[in-house]
Amino acid sequence: MPVFDLSTTPLREFNSALRNIPEGSNDFSFEVLNPRGSHAVAAGIDTPVTVDVQGSVGYYCAGMNDGGIVTVHGSAGPGVAENMMSGTVVVEGDASQYAGATGRGGLLVIRGNASSRCGISMKGIDIVVLGNIGHMSAFMGQSGHLVVLGDAGEALGDSLYEAKLFVRGKVKSLGADCVEKDMRPEHLAKLAELLEKAGVSGVRPEEFKRYGSARKLYNFNIDNADAY
Amino acid sequence: MCGIVGLFLKDRTLEPRLGDMLSDMLIAMTDRGPDSAGIAIYRPSPEGKTKLTLQSASPETDFADLRGELLEAGIAASVTVRSTHAVLETDATAEKVRAFLATHRPAVRVTGTGRSIELYKETGLPKDVVERFGVRGMGGTHGVGHTRMATESAVTTLGAHPFSTGADQCLVHNGSLSNHSNLRRTLAHEGINLESQNDSEVAAAYLTAEMARGKDLGEALNSALDDLDGFFTFVVGTQSGFGVVRDPIACKPAVMAETDQYVAFGSEYRALVNLPGIENARVWEPEPATVYFWDHEKAA
Repeated sequence: MPVFDLSTTPLREFNSALRNIPEGSNDFSFEVLNPRGSHAVAAGIDTPVTVDVQGSVGYYCAGMNDGGIVTVHGSAGPGVAENMMSGTVVVEGDASQYAGATGRGGLLVIRGNASSRCGISMKGIDIVVLGNIGHMSAFMGQSGHLVVLGDAGEALGDSLYEAKLFVRGKVKSLGADCVEKDMRPEHLAKLAELLEKAGVSGVRPEEFKRYGSARKLYNFNIDNADAY
Repeated sequence: MCGIVGLFLKDRTLEPRLGDMLSDMLIAMTDRGPDSAGIAIYRPSPEGKTKLTLQSASPETDFADLRGELLEAGIAASVTVRSTHAVLETDATAEKVRAFLATHRPAVRVTGTGRSIELYKETGLPKDVVERFGVRGMGGTHGVGHTRMATESAVTTLGAHPFSTGADQCLVHNGSLSNHSNLRRTLAHEGINLESQNDSEVAAAYLTAEMARGKDLGEALNSALDDLDGFFTFVVGTQSGFGVVRDPIACKPAVMAETDQYVAFGSEYRALVNLPGIENARVWEPEPATVYFWDHEKAA
C-alpha cells in the first residue's frame, strides 16, 4: 500500500498518483500521513481507489470524487466531497461549511457535525450526518437525500427542489418553500437503506421526520410572491 | 480572502514563546493574504508605563534622536526602533506624546497605545513582515495577527490590519462591510476620526465607541451584530483578553482550538497545526452570530 507523507511529499505528487495507477497494478489502497489541514487532498479521483487520510484536512478534500472510497480520520475543512460523482467519502470528525455541495452521486458520511450549507445545491448525492448540521443546509437541493441524526440549523431546505431531507432531531427553522411531509413506506425503506450503508446502528427510520419542497417556487406565480 | 490568527495563553510558561507561535500561525496563512501582514502583541510594560507604537515611512530621519527631542519637550521615554516602527515607553500620557508628534514629527502615525499593546504592520509577505519586526523574539500574554488580501481599500501600511482605535484595543477582520460609509459619518459626528479609508478600521472604531459608552467587549460585539452590515469574522484584542464574532451568514472561515494551555483562533486549521498538544485540543468552528471571548482578568 503506497503511503504518502505530506510533510515531505508535495500534495500534487499524491493527487497525481491517484490518477496514474500503472496498468496491471492491483495496488489501489493509499494512506496519507500528516495532512495538517492541506487543501484538495485526494481531489479528482477517477478510479475505485481507497484512501485513508490520517489527520485533519482543509478545503475541498475528495472534491469531484468519482468512484473512490476516501476516509478522513480527522475533521474536514470547507467543501469536503464537493461535486462528488460516485463513491464514498467518510469524515470521522466534523466537517466545515458546504460539505457535499453540488454532489451528483455517491455517499458522504460525516460522523461528527457539519456546519452551514451542508448539501447546498445537491443533485443526487446521499449525505448522512451523525451529528448536527448548520444553517441553510440543502439550499436549492435538486435531488438525493440528506439524513441528519441530530438537529438542523436555520432555514433548512430553502428554495428546495426534489432533494429529500430526513431529520431525527429538532429543526430550528425551515427555509422558503420547505415543508414537513408524510413519511411513506418507500421513504422508511430508503432511510433504512441509507442508515445501513452509512454504518449507523441502533437508530430506527421511524425516529425521523421528512422534509421536502412545497413546489410553490418552481415557476413564478404572483399568488406565491410571499413565499420568496 | 484574508487570514486571521489569534492566540490567548492560559499557561504563563508559554508567554516567552508567544511571538514565535504567532509567527508560525501567521506565515501559515500567507496564501490567504500575501499583500500585507500585521500583528498586535500584548505584553505589559513592567513599570506600568504607557506604551505607544509609532510608524513612519522614513524611520531613519523620524526616529533619529527622537528620545532626545522628547526629553527636551519634558517627556522621558525609552525608544525601541524596529524597522519602520518604534515603541515608546513613558510615564507621560499618550495625549502628551501625540501632541509632541503632531508638531515635531507630523508624518509619524501612532498604530497603537495602551499599557500592553504593541502593533506592527507593513505591506509585503507575512514571513518578511515577521522578520522585519523580530516578532519571533517577542513574549506576551496574547496576540492577534492578520494577513491581508485587499478588497475595500488600497494596499498600504495604514490599510493593513490590525487596527487600534482605543487604548489596548485592536481588531482584525476577514470580510467586507457594506455600511462602513454611513458608520464612518456617524462616528465623525461623535468626534471620532479615522486614519484610513479602510472598512475594518470603521468596525474597530465602532467597537471602541461602544465600549466608551460602558459596554464590555462581549456587549460591544453583540451590538456589532445588529449595527454592522456585511461579511465579517472579527478577532478583537483588549488589554486582558480577546473576542471572536462572525456575521450570521458566516461565509468567512474560522476554526478555534482550546487546551489547558491556550485558546487559539485560525482562519483555517493549517494555522493551528504547530501548536503544542493540538492533536488533543478541543477544535471547533465558532457558531454564526455568536460572541466568544476570553479574559485574563475574568478568568483569574
